[in-house]
Amino acid sequence: MSDYCISVENLTKKYRLGQGGPSGDGLRHQLERGVRSLFSRRSLADEKVVAPKKDANEFLALNNVSFQIKPGEVLGIIGRNGAGKSTLLKILSRITPPTSGQIRVRGRIASLLEVGTGFHPDLTGRENIFLNGAILGMTRSEIVRKLDEIVAFAEIERFIDTPVKRYSSGMYVRLAFAVAAHLEPEILIVDEVLAVGDAQFQKKCIGKMNEVAQSHGRTVLFVSHQMAAVRKLCHTGMLLTAGTTGGPGPVEDVIQAYLGHMTASDRVIDLSKVRHDAYALNTGRLECLSLAEKCTLGYGEPLTLHLDVTCDTSIHDVILGVAFDTSEGYRVMTLDSDVSGKSLDFAKGKYRVTFTVGRNPLSPGLYNIGCAMFSGGAIVDSCAAGVWEIVTGQSDVISNRGFGGCRVDFETKVVAL
Amino acid sequence: MEELIISAEHEEKNYWKDLWSYRELLYFLAWRDILVRYKQTTVGVAWAVLRPVITIAIGTLIARKVAGLTQGAVPTVLLVGAGTLVWQLFATSFADAGNSLIASSNLISKIYFPRLLVPASTLAVGFVDFLISLAILIALMLWYQYIPDFRILTLPLFIILALTASLGAGLWLAALTVKYRDFRFIVPFIVQIGLFISPVWYTSDKFQGVWRVVYSLNPTVGAIDGFRWAVFRGSYPIFWPGLTVSLVTSVLLLITAILYFRKTERSFADMI
Repeated sequence: MSDYCISVENLTKKYRLGQGGPSGDGLRHQLERGVRSLFSRRSLADEKVVAPKKDANEFLALNNVSFQIKPGEVLGIIGRNGAGKSTLLKILSRITPPTSGQIRVRGRIASLLEVGTGFHPDLTGRENIFLNGAILGMTRSEIVRKLDEIVAFAEIERFIDTPVKRYSSGMYVRLAFAVAAHLEPEILIVDEVLAVGDAQFQKKCIGKMNEVAQSHGRTVLFVSHQMAAVRKLCHTGMLLTAGTTGGPGPVEDVIQAYLGHMTASDRVIDLSKVRHDAYALNTGRLECLSLAEKCTLGYGEPLTLHLDVTCDTSIHDVILGVAFDTSEGYRVMTLDSDVSGKSLDFAKGKYRVTFTVGRNPLSPGLYNIGCAMFSGGAIVDSCAAGVWEIVTGQSDVISNRGFGGCRVDFETKVVAL
Repeated sequence: MEELIISAEHEEKNYWKDLWSYRELLYFLAWRDILVRYKQTTVGVAWAVLRPVITIAIGTLIARKVAGLTQGAVPTVLLVGAGTLVWQLFATSFADAGNSLIASSNLISKIYFPRLLVPASTLAVGFVDFLISLAILIALMLWYQYIPDFRILTLPLFIILALTASLGAGLWLAALTVKYRDFRFIVPFIVQIGLFISPVWYTSDKFQGVWRVVYSLNPTVGAIDGFRWAVFRGSYPIFWPGLTVSLVTSVLLLITAILYFRKTERSFADMI
């Protein structure tokens, strides 16, 4: 297959943990080493042999990654934090070199790893457009030609000669994206820049990127945690998992693989490993909270949870609950066993209680999960189980609005008055 | 279609082409620094004039009262002015270029461009200051009705020598500071000492024979001496062995600096 615009072959990037640079690389070490070699017969070459304990501190951000991207393709790169997405983009953008392997690129690359790179707070909007444009690789005449268009896109006409430090954060982001959106590279690399800005502007950005990709036939590499945005923009996707990838595939397959994979490590939470609150009544314990097999944490998807408990004696009038709190601390969903059924009576032993929600109503985002066990109105055991991320599911048509707490099933009926 | 190859090895061929295609960024970075420097100041751009004027005034005082520079064919203030000009260019680029990469770490970790442009732009800013100081020197010469002769035509050569030494020193320090922050403490120290071992408040004929050659290892010595020779009608004759030593030092400094910079440049984003 020779029809590519980016070809990545056996790409590996190794980082050393702890101190930024290679170990013993400080000035003092270098001097020490130099002085020592003056006085001893041991040469510098020997020293390398004596220092084999490096491996423990090494971290492979990318491990032998190979794939090809065709011209005009819009590729969504997804994966958990730390999977190597940013490292891949940084190598493609030539910010950092690979440790081994190589990449062939055909065409001019522009990368947008951050909105407003190089913006100076003391400079005015106009001045920053020129500066930022030049940093992104535009020529002065190109910027002059597009100035009006950029200002209009950012909707900051009135403030164009005000220092950007006086801008609201929304204006700042709009201006920064506007400059980047008017780049004309053959290959555009975009990293998670839509996480900022309000919903309306996000929509505008996606529209602009769609336009860039479709009408101009450019290649776009897009990294995002917002599956709705990836779905909307990309036809192909690529999943990175701990520095490795299976290469590009149809975007829906890749997103499903990601969602299934997403909670794999923590879809079973061993509650004996988290801190429990202590209560006088300790006749029972919460043991384990788990996500049912094949169940994802997708918004709008079915949600099935198992809560395993141990009872040391027979306990009556038991209520079990699972609560979902937003990261700001608002409880937006509670599943209490007595709401859907009667209160329970347990004999001594172990039990599994299953909660089934037909359609997960939680907006995409991170939720703190709490579990509790009551008997006769008094708390027996409770704990903060951990954090689960709700992601956009396959049936999500409204995409992530980022507000509104829960979205439940309901019907609308309109009558003329 | 042209193909760019990104690998663990150097990409020498593309580098100089890139440097050329990013030349406008050099201008913008320097423009930013100049623009930002006098924002939110009351006196504003007047600082650009006040600073060299005060430096020259104090320098002249020291030259007369402390260093014992006697009034010769050339007014002391002009002599000190010429020395200050070249020294400031060197010292500024030395100190600012050293910190420049660290100060631009947000750029370096987020976007690609030839990193050489960052210290180079601080030199460009220093050069603008130099031109302002040069204008002040010209004003002083008009005041003293001191007219240079044909030797003034060689002045650009000595300015180039000063720039070569400044860029060389600046690149070395910029690259070294990324890896070894120790240089943030070493640099102000060198700048302080450097003022005394450069012929700013005195003339280098204080040193004789072989000592003058050793003295000329300091690349600013050749530049300042040459500058004075060109401007002051040859009143301060060129000491050829010394000039040669300064020239060789400067060129070597620049070549090794570029080599070291190129070698470490690609890993800046990982280290900074």
